[in-house]
Amino acid sequence: MGFLELKSLSKSFGDEIVLDGVSLSVPEGGTLVLFGRSGAGKTVLLRSIAGAIDPDGGFIAIGGEDVTSVPPEYRGIGMAFQNFALFPHMTAYDNIASSLTSKRMSASEIRTKVDAVARLLKIEHVLSHAPKALSNGQKQRTALARALVAEPKILLLDDPLRNVDAKLRFEMRLELPRLLADRGATIIYVTQDYKEAMALGDRIAVLDQGNIVQIGSPEDIYRRPENTQIAQLFGDPTINLLDVVPKQDDRGLHAFLSDQRVDFHGRFPGVAGRDCIVGLRPEALSFAKEGGFPVTIEAVTPFNEKTVTLATTLRGREILLSQPAQDPVPAGPEVNLQIAAQDAILFDRATGQRIAPEPDGNQVEEAA
Amino acid sequence: MDHTSFLERWFRRVALSIIVIFFMFPIFWIVLMSLQTNETILRSPPSMSFVPTFDNYLAILAGRLDSNVASMGINFVNNLMNSIILSVCSVAVALCLGVPAAYAFARHKFKGSEDIAFTLLSFRFAPPLLVLLPLTLYFQEIGLADTYLGLVWVYQLICLPLILWIVRGYFEDISPDIEYAYRIAGHSWFSTFRKIALPLAGPGIAAAGLLAFIFAWNNFIFALVLASADKQPVTVGALAFVTASGIQYGQIAAAIVLSIAPTLALALWAQKYLVEGLSLGAVKG
Repeated sequence: MGFLELKSLSKSFGDEIVLDGVSLSVPEGGTLVLFGRSGAGKTVLLRSIAGAIDPDGGFIAIGGEDVTSVPPEYRGIGMAFQNFALFPHMTAYDNIASSLTSKRMSASEIRTKVDAVARLLKIEHVLSHAPKALSNGQKQRTALARALVAEPKILLLDDPLRNVDAKLRFEMRLELPRLLADRGATIIYVTQDYKEAMALGDRIAVLDQGNIVQIGSPEDIYRRPENTQIAQLFGDPTINLLDVVPKQDDRGLHAFLSDQRVDFHGRFPGVAGRDCIVGLRPEALSFAKEGGFPVTIEAVTPFNEKTVTLATTLRGREILLSQPAQDPVPAGPEVNLQIAAQDAILFDRATGQRIAPEPDGNQVEEAA
Repeated sequence: MDHTSFLERWFRRVALSIIVIFFMFPIFWIVLMSLQTNETILRSPPSMSFVPTFDNYLAILAGRLDSNVASMGINFVNNLMNSIILSVCSVAVALCLGVPAAYAFARHKFKGSEDIAFTLLSFRFAPPLLVLLPLTLYFQEIGLADTYLGLVWVYQLICLPLILWIVRGYFEDISPDIEYAYRIAGHSWFSTFRKIALPLAGPGIAAAGLLAFIFAWNNFIFALVLASADKQPVTVGALAFVTASGIQYGQIAAAIVLSIAPTLALALWAQKYLVEGLSLGAVKG
């Protein structure tokens, strides 16, 4: 049983179901990233844990204790809001200290703690400022400091980097994991940014329409996404999804993409002949010296670390290819592509669900 | 400094002057009247040249109304005190009841809360006389007629809906996240109300309080029906100047100046909050 435990939590606003029986378990000291598009229910879920929203059904337990009907002030949680939610009529110092003034603590103790956390977040010089005199980055750090200062057992971070500029977001993305790891708290981190999700989480829970559709390690979610939607959400540039009808022969399940054979490794009974979608990560494709299948280059977009090429196949399907920036893009427009077939992911076209290979008799890793 | 901006500024000044003259002229004229005798006021054509006299003010403050025919006692200072007592108490009671109620209506939506809020607003729809006549009978029965308590109670019909509906808007404008943040930081809902909601809605509460005060101060009909001479505010007391021997314009003007003074002073003092309060909702963030 995890330190933080949610069981079939549900919440509706009018006719709109926001949480539809969410169950989660986070071990003590673990970090779970809640990932999903806006409107997926992430914030409502987080607020239910904090006690700011009363769920309609289900229960929440912290450290084995049912806290579903415990008011927020007794849950011992620290939370940073997406919009910072600083108290506009208090200085940054008083904002941070507000997490401590509710506890029996002397003024000097409070000062020591606030100063310590302010030093950690590099905002000591703005403690006497009112929130409106702070830059967005300082506001965000003040909000984080307020969440951290009381050393809560559970930290809820609601997309804390959403409202800061790109440069700061990048810095904080590097800084936050170290900062959070030092606290030893159990952390739920909400984000819409898949890079943040991959960088911060031991585990990622993907929320969609009030349901957790997949929960797993960043690697799991990237390599074995549960459905085409998740596959599209993770990864930049987006995964290529191509309609195929796989066939079975004595070499196993395979499909043809512009006459090139792509093999799917593993046993897929009953999949042959079904309408499927094959998912190919842009980095699983590369330009072929020889062989491969012909495409026409439409556009080449160089980024700092990678080059993204948009090409069309003979049948007019668009396909994205990503390669390290130093690798040359051959002179087009007619070129050949090859596929690293072990990276292909197979989905059912009707449901969008991933078709996982059946566990092989010889492979016992699942059982172990 | 181009031509257009000069013209624009000039035009703006003229427009502002016209507006100020339009609204301030009656008050200016009343101030002039209060410094004249009835004879100089009533001469035709009216003239701006006269010897100012404070006789009207002295008469009112001394409580003796002397006309060329007779002399009678009036109790204007008492009326002024009544106005202050009634308005201050009414607004104080309305704030004590209305602000928590406004917070409840803004934050804790419950079944029927909208209906209750609307019912409270509907007090403002009914013609006062319709309510007052039966109320007079009830008040006489339970001994509330002609008491400050009874009047303050009835004044809630004016003050409470006003404060409730204005302040509710200000509470709704405060991001609930700010309050959640304070709760999660370990504070009870009551201390959240006191330390977060009240200070942030402060300018709105001040604005609503001031408006309620002005409405209460200017009320005429409630006190006319429900109060006897010694409990009547200035609005009703001013009727005493219409005497059998004529209307004492000079004294009426002086009485008006005296009765405007407290609200005017309050409005000037609270002006800062009033502007801040009434425009706060417009600028987010």
